Amino acid sequence: MTTLRPRAVGTPLERLDGPAKVTGTARYAFEHPVEDPLYVHPVQAAVARGRITGVDTEAAAACPGVAAVLTHRDAPRLEETGDEELAVLQSGRIAFRGQLVGAVVAADAETARHAASLVRIAYEDERPDVELRADRDDLYAPETVNPFFATDTGEGDVDAAMERAPVTVDVTYTTPMEHNNPMEPHTTVAVWQPDSPVRLLLYASTQGVHTVRTALAPLFGLEADQVRVISPHVGGGFGSKGMPHAHDVLAALCARAVPGRPVKLALTRQQMFTLAGHRTPTIQHLRLGCGTDGRITAISHDVVEHTARIKEFAEQTATGTRMMYSAANRRTSHRLAALDVPVPSWMRAPGECPGLFALECAMDELAAACGLDPIELRVRNDPPQDPETGRPWSGRKLVECLSEGARRFGWDRRAAAPGARREGRELVGLGVASATYPYYASQGSEALVRHEGAGRWTVRIGAADIGTGTWTTLTQIAADALDAAPDDVTLHIGDTALPPATVAGGSSGLASWGSTVVAAVRAFREQHGDDPPPGAESRAGTPENPDQKKYALHSFGAHFAEVRVDADTGEIRVPRMLGVFSAGRIVNPRTARSQFIGGMTMGLSMALHEHTVLDPRTGQVVNDDLADYHIAAHADVCDLDAVWLDEEDPHSNPMGTRGIGEIGIVGSPSAVVNAVFNATGVRVRDLPATPDKLLEGLDALRA
Amino acid sequence: MIPFEYRRAADAQEAVATVAARPDAVFLGGGTNLVDHMKLGVAAPHMLVDVSRLPLTEVEETPGGGLRVGAAVRNSDLAAHPLVRQRYPALARALLSGASGQLRNTATTGGNLLQRTRCRYFQDVTTPCNKREPGSGCAAIGGWDRHHAVLGASEHCIAVHPSDMAVGLLALDATVHVLGADGARSLPLADLHRLPGDSPERDTVLAHGELITAVELPPASAMTRWSTYRKVRERASYAFALVSVAAALDVDDDSGVVRDARVALGGVAHKPWRAGRAEDVLRGAPATEESFRLAAGAELAAAEVRDGNAYKVPLARNTIVAVLRDLTEARR
Repeated sequence: MTTLRPRAVGTPLERLDGPAKVTGTARYAFEHPVEDPLYVHPVQAAVARGRITGVDTEAAAACPGVAAVLTHRDAPRLEETGDEELAVLQSGRIAFRGQLVGAVVAADAETARHAASLVRIAYEDERPDVELRADRDDLYAPETVNPFFATDTGEGDVDAAMERAPVTVDVTYTTPMEHNNPMEPHTTVAVWQPDSPVRLLLYASTQGVHTVRTALAPLFGLEADQVRVISPHVGGGFGSKGMPHAHDVLAALCARAVPGRPVKLALTRQQMFTLAGHRTPTIQHLRLGCGTDGRITAISHDVVEHTARIKEFAEQTATGTRMMYSAANRRTSHRLAALDVPVPSWMRAPGECPGLFALECAMDELAAACGLDPIELRVRNDPPQDPETGRPWSGRKLVECLSEGARRFGWDRRAAAPGARREGRELVGLGVASATYPYYASQGSEALVRHEGAGRWTVRIGAADIGTGTWTTLTQIAADALDAAPDDVTLHIGDTALPPATVAGGSSGLASWGSTVVAAVRAFREQHGDDPPPGAESRAGTPENPDQKKYALHSFGAHFAEVRVDADTGEIRVPRMLGVFSAGRIVNPRTARSQFIGGMTMGLSMALHEHTVLDPRTGQVVNDDLADYHIAAHADVCDLDAVWLDEEDPHSNPMGTRGIGEIGIVGSPSAVVNAVFNATGVRVRDLPATPDKLLEGLDALRA
Repeated sequence: MIPFEYRRAADAQEAVATVAARPDAVFLGGGTNLVDHMKLGVAAPHMLVDVSRLPLTEVEETPGGGLRVGAAVRNSDLAAHPLVRQRYPALARALLSGASGQLRNTATTGGNLLQRTRCRYFQDVTTPCNKREPGSGCAAIGGWDRHHAVLGASEHCIAVHPSDMAVGLLALDATVHVLGADGARSLPLADLHRLPGDSPERDTVLAHGELITAVELPPASAMTRWSTYRKVRERASYAFALVSVAAALDVDDDSGVVRDARVALGGVAHKPWRAGRAEDVLRGAPATEESFRLAAGAELAAAEVRDGNAYKVPLARNTIVAVLRDLTEARR
């Protein structure tokens, strides 16, 4: 399958968009110059469940500079309202606190914000239901879990095997609601152009311009080519910009209310906590049974999580457990509670991230229960082929990652007994965890390759660079495909005027778009030969990969963490983390390292900090800013390193790559929490691991 | 944010006269807290009187050997001042543990003392809050109370004061100089902040229009030179204290007995909390971990906890003991 001879690929080419970014000339959505813009400020529901009974916009409309005030009573009607998240201002029903109930369009952002505060909405509200519990009687099984996996799986008899197993672990782990929080807020500039073939023009901060167009065009009764979406640079998405959200529709509705005038909408940080998706909280019941030799005979992973009442999103939390370790008896399940909560969505490694947190901590517990080193336990249960499908691995190098990491990290210095290593007032511990992420490649992209003459090339595809490095890495792939230098290739991405491209999600972006570009170059050579005239061009779509159904394609990794816990206060600091990854060929070591350590940093945050608080009385996200929704600050991120095995995947795509955007966050929280156990003897099963959860255990350790 | 008028005062008297004359006017210092509140709708003044450029930016030794800090001195400048670092390390450490570098470069000494609670419900105008809207109720009671008070709270308000600097100053017996429409006055910092009682809308005893012009520290002593500040927080920087402790000890080298002690706590009450009961236990007691534990226990005996903040009692106890132990060991 691998056909691309790497030359530029594999080199640490500096970011081609770097100079524009550091000089402030790279345009993010809000910064696109438009003539005479107006500014939008949303009005959000102050109750979580109920309906609107009264609207008073008089004071808002009377503010000098206000051009329009929209509520459900007068907003333009949408042609389609099937997706209730996107059916903005189409009814007076309230499904979650913070739902859009209006907007003000004004001459400047300050006026819009002030006028929005003057809109008075009366509600008839009921007490919301937002509490996730495993004993709820309304849990249900979704038809599938994201994106298309079976909800439940089973093989053998887990209960009987658990009864027979001499060593067992039967534990419940929980992870809280979490928010993606990219640095750039969700932002859309919209222009309604009644007299133009492009009726609706959007500059949006998105992981996929064509995804936005496909979703929005029918809402407004437009053909796809009547909508244009432009998004050359994106300041992070982490899944929250993977599909359009309500604010995109709101911006377009406001633009339609003031035809010809561009409108600009940037969510505030607080608004991002209700309008841009989040990760569901999870309650995960893990059962593991093994022989005294550590060989696992039974695994079950039963997950309870939430979704919104108006739109289902079923996180695939237990899918990683289906393929991770050998066991004759296995079971997984997912159950949902539909609550009065904002709409959950993708957040970096949906499924694998929370799921492997629980599995990899439970593995640590099992290792302790059978007196085995946690690495040795994983080695003994490394399956020769995919336990779920029976297919051969395209390359499972988990054991190599664990060994390489152990050597580099100094794993032999770990004390087997918890609480045994003390330096001054600090308790020191080391932890390990495995990582995995499936290889996805999406069909549906097209690329256009054009020879500009004199050995210069242009490559066009509507792909996205969300900070990941697409501008650079896709240029490297195109250059190698064309047998040209990267300098001779000009790439165009981030615009629906370009050939269609699939979303930057599921760590699939570069694999999907790279395969497509390689196919387009191949088509070009077939059509135009090796000495093409200037202006020659060819277009091709994503090729099928016959190996996709023959092999189990997954990336793997091993995470290591050292923690230091203050014996008096329980404060946890993480001086060292290391990730070792097996992810196929690495296209650009510079941008890849950034992605890996970015994922690990997010994993560190998940382990120690991230926690969205919903007030059960009101359904309100209480800590809706970065002062109280903690993520790791610079001072928390110390010696953090990522390395990878030198390899290519012969079955994935012409480049031999697999995705790297998400595996860094998978397993890293478990390595930290397992290290906390090694340091203190306290097993934190409910994230985040905060000092208060250690105090009792530390008292016991002192006594 | 509502439309407002902005004035830059020429001197302190003018600033005071302007604000005192208008109930809807407020002083603007560094703006790190007030401007947030204006955006959130928590504060809606119609006039801002900028006092950040008044000539209150000096740190001067007083004739008696103390230190007078102008109210407009920036937090980062105060933390870096050589006399503060040498003579009052608890203050320097408290300042440096607060906020971020950018905020410390902007925040002023007077503004830091007058910053308001970070209680989430106080900051969200869609929820009831007696501090923001007297008589509306307290959403924090029965809500997310993880960061809330365990000492001195009332049925009307369980918020905590967020300042680190104030806790350091309190342990150092600072005095606050105030200018009002009726003239100047001074008061001990310990008397500046209030407990919530039945009027939590009032954070301090200052009247409308009274302006803090300076903070004064008494002359340094061997004890203040050994003072320290410890902030316990979930991440290594840029987080408010779960609990913090400012302390100083004077221990007789021969007998090992505590001659004098200062202990102040942050993150536990509606005001920076002077731990007088702990100090009483420490004076005359041997400087041992057991004494420290007894002292902490005496102070925290009155604690009242809720679902989410019960951890603060053992955490404060452990931190007091650890700080006093470290001070004792550092002197050996």
